[in-house]
Order: sequence, then C-alpha cells, then structure tokens
Amino acid sequence: MKVELRINGASRVADLEPRKTLLDALRENFLLNGAHAGCEHGVCGACTVLLDGAPVRSCLMFAVQADGYEITTIEGLSPAPGELSVIQDAFCETHGLQCGYCTPGMILSAHALLQNTATPTREDIAEAISGNICRCTGYGQIIEAVQFAADRLRKANTPHHGAAHEATAEHDAPVQGVLEAADADQPGADPQ
Amino acid sequence: MKAAPFDYVRPASLVEACALLAVDEDARLIAGGQTLVPMLAMRLARPARLIDILRLPELAGVRVEAGAVVVGATTRQAQAERDPVIRASVPMLSRVLPWVGHPPTRNRGTIGGSIANADPSAEIPLVAVTLGAEIMLATGQGPILVAADDFIIGPMQTTIGQGDCISAIRFPVWPHNRIGTGFFEISARRSDFALVAAAAQVALDEEDRCIDVALGVGGVGDRPLRLDVSSLKGTKLDTASVSDAVNSASLELEAASDLHASAAYRRRVAVTLGIRALEQARADAAAKSRESAR
Repeated sequence: MKVELRINGASRVADLEPRKTLLDALRENFLLNGAHAGCEHGVCGACTVLLDGAPVRSCLMFAVQADGYEITTIEGLSPAPGELSVIQDAFCETHGLQCGYCTPGMILSAHALLQNTATPTREDIAEAISGNICRCTGYGQIIEAVQFAADRLRKANTPHHGAAHEATAEHDAPVQGVLEAADADQPGADPQ
Repeated sequence: MKAAPFDYVRPASLVEACALLAVDEDARLIAGGQTLVPMLAMRLARPARLIDILRLPELAGVRVEAGAVVVGATTRQAQAERDPVIRASVPMLSRVLPWVGHPPTRNRGTIGGSIANADPSAEIPLVAVTLGAEIMLATGQGPILVAADDFIIGPMQTTIGQGDCISAIRFPVWPHNRIGTGFFEISARRSDFALVAAAAQVALDEEDRCIDVALGVGGVGDRPLRLDVSSLKGTKLDTASVSDAVNSASLELEAASDLHASAAYRRRVAVTLGIRALEQARADAAAKSRESAR
C-alpha cells in the first residue's frame, strides 16, 4: 500500500504492508532510528512520537493510519544538524539519561507538555511521562531535567533588556530541584 | 511481536463500514487501536481485514440532546477529558478519564473503543453502566439503542452483532444543580488495570439531602456492576447510612478470584472504595453553591 506521510515537516512516500507499524516504518523505511522499539505492544513508551503535537505510541498504530498528521520524531526536535533542543540539552545537564533507550520518548513527552504548560508542577511532569518507562534513572533526574528545561524556556521568553535580564542571569542554574553531583551523594541531601 | 498480514480498508461512510463488516466474519473494526493493536502484535487476534472507522465524520463529536450528552464513538479519550460539555454535564466521565491508560494512549484511544472492548476493570464501561448510559449501535437494520448494562455481558463480551458498529454513547444528564462525583481505584501501579474501582455520583438539595445517587464497581466481577444504594435518597449521606447501604448492596456481589486478588479481597475493597467514592461525591456536591440549586 502506498502511503504518504508528513514527517518532521517533510513529505515522505513509501510502499508498505498494512501490518507495518508506524514505528517500523520510521525506522526501516525512513531511517529515523530515534524512535526506539521497546516492548512493541504499547507498554514502555520508547517508541513515542508526536502526532499533530500530541504524544502517541508509534508501535500502536499502523503506518497506513498515519497519513494526514504532522509526525514529529526526536530527530525533528533538533534546531539544526548537530544541535540539541533546550529539552535535550537539559537532559544532558541534569543526567536525565543513562542508557538512553527511553530518552527520545521521554523528551518527546516532555516537549508536548512544555508546549502547553510553561510552569508545570512536579505532578504535571510525572503525569506527562507516566507512559514512559525508564529502568536506569529512577525518574528523579528526568523530572529535574524537565523542570530545568521549563525554567530555561521561560527565561528564553523573557525580554532580554534592563534589570529583568540582570536578575535572571544570576539564575542560569535551575532555581531549585537540582543538586550538584557531589551534594547528591551526601546522605540526607535535600534538593530544596 | 509483529501482526500477521491483513487487508486494510478505510470506508467513506458508516453504512459502508457496516456492510463490509457484515459480509466478512474475519474482519474487525479499528479506531484508536490501543487495545486491538497489542492483541494483533501478540497474535491474540488475527483478523484478515481491518476496517478503519477512526475518521468517519458520523462517529465524531460531542453533542447535547434533551436530558443527555451524546459522545461520538471515536471521540478520543484525551478530547473527552478536556471537553467542557462533558465536564459540566457528565462529570463522572471527566473524573475517571485521567485514570484511563496514559496520556499517549488517551491521545489515540476512543470512548467507543473502550465500551466495545468491555474490559471488566475499565473505567469508561464502569461509568456507562453506573450512570445507565445507552449504547447507540449502527446496524444493517438501522440504528438501535441498548442499555450499557444489557450491552456488556461478560469479560470482553458484548451483545454486538456481526456487522454492527457502536456509533455513540448516550450519557444521561442529571437535571439537578448540586451534583458531585467520586472515584477510587486500586491497582498495582497508577493506570494499570484496576483490581477494584468504584464510581459514585450524588445530587443534593439545598438542605444537603440526597436527591439521587448512583454507585458502580468495576474489576470485581466479570463486568462493571451497578449497586443499588437507592435507600440513601432522602438521607444526608451520613457515614453510618452510607456504610449500611454499601454493605447491604454488596452482599450479593459476585466477585472473581485470579492471580492478582482473591474474591474476598475484591469484595472487601469494593465496599471500602464504594463508601469512599460516595463520601467524595457528597463532599464534591456539597461544595457547590446552594444559590445555583434553586
């Protein structure tokens, strides 16, 4: 079956079996390997992509169902070749990943959240990534990464002039929630 | 974990979809696919043909009718969660939707699909049965209405016929002004299948007396069950009355045992959550102003 998909802003065409999931089509036909194949039955969230900006599991739909949507994969978030988006960068800074298998899905879920919510609470973040399983980090640093990214995105939207700029510049590090690595190792360390 | 081969068709109308379905017993409807696609991947289902109804305009949208809100079968769970009409008129549905799967599955999963799947622990069928919703079916002989309680007959079993398609769910709207809802569920992890769930809705008059009440439990038996707590009408929903009513309504409750929980546990938890759901519903209704109740 011939399918035409809009992926990361470009039109892509492929001739696919109907049973091919969107995930497999992205990886095998379009060589977008950032969407990861984890459980392949809708439990783990490693295959998360955005359809018209909303996170969905690409293993739970067939590529033939995906025409007419704007599909965004992790490759589509990077502002330019070799660059990282604010959220991707925040995951690096706060050690929000270890093996990296869940990371594209986590970042796309976080991206969708931060598109709609400038100041998410911890609960909002936990809910947004609740469909993404991570077996390395214990989630704490992922939540910190999203808080950090939200903080930076808010500042990016602050007008850069006068005292407001001076005041925010002092807080280029996250306001709260992120420990320095050395502090985090101390028993009883409190992120607040 | 790959589906077996199948044909894929996307009919242009509901009539065409039903006709295709009626002549092919190896065909299945697909909408959001959040339950069907995992079953295909694990090859627990091997339909020869998938008929995609997700984009049929007849099945979309939420509309208000006399005394009811009609939710189109392909309304996404995430859409319904945000819908202001549902929030105002079918508050129990709004309350349970955050418990249905996760945000990514709610972005694709549909209200009608959850009803068609009839999982005994699913929240949407529980709301439909508890509120006495009606399932609107498109059939070869024209549309019919079936009470949710009659439609869902067992675990993943409904009375739907070959060639029939759920077109919408008709949720009754209570006429009262001071309505409150309550919902609790127990599961291994948030958004896993509920071992036991309880949903309640109450309406209060200006003196905080109960005018109407509905309570249902899911995950306990082989389908969602409505409990008869009508003895609470006229009371102030005090703790003793609520406890008595839920306990006596649960005497006949047939609970199922499985790997995850025993029947005795489920029955005990159903009573506890039923009481909590009613208390939450009462508090929710009592918080609404008396002014608007007139």
